[in-house]
Amino acid sequence: MLSIHVGRQLRDFAIDVALSVRCGETLVLIGENGAGKSTVLNLISGILAPDRGDITLGERTLFSSAARIDIPAESRNIGHLFQSYALFPHMTVAENVAFGLRCRKVPKPEIAGAVAEQLRSMHLSDLADVNVGRLSGGQRQRVALARALVLEPELLLLDEPLAAVDMRARGAMREELRDRIRHAGIPCIVVTHTLHDVLGLADRLCLIEEGRVATEGTPEEVLGMRENGFIASFIEG
Amino acid sequence: MDLTRFRQETNVFEYGSRTLLRRATLTLLTAVLLALFLLFITLPVVSLFLRISPEAFLRSLAEPVVLDALSLSFITATVSTAIVVVFGTPLALVNARSDYAGRELVDTLTDLPIVLPPAVAGLALLMAFGRRGVIGQYLDIFGIHIGFTTLAVVMAQVFVASPFYIRQARASFEAVDRLYEDAARTLGASRRTVALRITIPLAWGGLVSGAILSFARALGEFGATIMFAGNFQGRTQTMPLAIYTTMQGDMDASISLAIILVVISFAVIAAVKVVTRRSA
Repeated sequence: MLSIHVGRQLRDFAIDVALSVRCGETLVLIGENGAGKSTVLNLISGILAPDRGDITLGERTLFSSAARIDIPAESRNIGHLFQSYALFPHMTVAENVAFGLRCRKVPKPEIAGAVAEQLRSMHLSDLADVNVGRLSGGQRQRVALARALVLEPELLLLDEPLAAVDMRARGAMREELRDRIRHAGIPCIVVTHTLHDVLGLADRLCLIEEGRVATEGTPEEVLGMRENGFIASFIEG
Repeated sequence: MDLTRFRQETNVFEYGSRTLLRRATLTLLTAVLLALFLLFITLPVVSLFLRISPEAFLRSLAEPVVLDALSLSFITATVSTAIVVVFGTPLALVNARSDYAGRELVDTLTDLPIVLPPAVAGLALLMAFGRRGVIGQYLDIFGIHIGFTTLAVVMAQVFVASPFYIRQARASFEAVDRLYEDAARTLGASRRTVALRITIPLAWGGLVSGAILSFARALGEFGATIMFAGNFQGRTQTMPLAIYTTMQGDMDASISLAIILVVISFAVIAAVKVVTRRSA
């Protein structure tokens, strides 16, 4: 279970968010561009430090301003998928997937085995030695997911995971993504701009407005709030 | 054809021909200026090659003064480039990636040798590390003398050549998208691993071309070297100093050394172009 309550002053407004996500549950964040959704993910994964608050994941305290705890990003064991996937352009698919294991000083034969297995399960085995610059959007998404999942993270953060995927492939990719998340059995937060992602992935839905949780609940509850301007336009697409 | 139409058409013709004429003049003028400038650059360089026969060139290459200068130049320039890279890379990385009080000052100081006249650099080094220098006087107590040694040559080269690498390295590090570094950290990479496995490899082309430029600047160093290290054959007489010295007696040796430096300069420009094109 992930539970956060963090604050950070940004240039135009302050982030002040309290959220919790259970194991196996997917929380989807929606909101205007620049509302602070990606920043919330960065605060959780440790790329940005909150000014104040607490972040706990399972038994571990990742951040606590009161207890002066700030576990660095590299020790949090959180799978963070960026919108553009941030695949390392100077490495092949296999090298990208092996990167985190190499950082953990896992013995080479084990790395080779784990990477091969992960690539097989993601249908990427044929692309193992291909440079990531030559992949399609869908392939890049799968490599990024494989790179995160091979480390068996305790939390998944997905920032618009399907935005760079070809329109036609999105439906299938979304189902595949949902299966992966279910299979991993860990808390998951997804940032998205599309209704299809909400309907296909969300167990719970949260609307962020200017760094604050405007409303939260089941997708039906939140999407039912038509009086909210953003929700109304979100449903109309 | 009525008169008005005829007039109009002649006007169009006149207007068109005038524009064409103006364009042609402009093109011709640009071409002449360009040709003159290229001639100004190439003629002196070509003259070096015209003033010496291949036999005389090869004969000069066997002269001790030439051989000494060649080997000393290559050794010192290599060592100074290595020092610049070892010290300059972390400095450039820190200045590209972190914001600290005094960063602007550090940037200005590292750039200073580019605009500082080499003679001033040489005198400054002498005032610091010379026998009676600010630091040199204490080194002198322990019998350590830096001025007029090969070490002084290396120090002079490091002083003048370092900005060429550091500036380029910093720009290359800044060009690396931070997203890759963030992604690497969430995957478990420490800051050191991020630098070694992500940032430096992604900035590699720029670092190599910076090092090549720095090497070339070190190889051509004259003013600071002659002031701080003196002009002793085999010890501090690098190629530019040897050109200056032999010019007064053995012109062939002087021209031979100059030709070698011209060839190296061309090679440097070509290498930088290849490296930057490949990394782009």
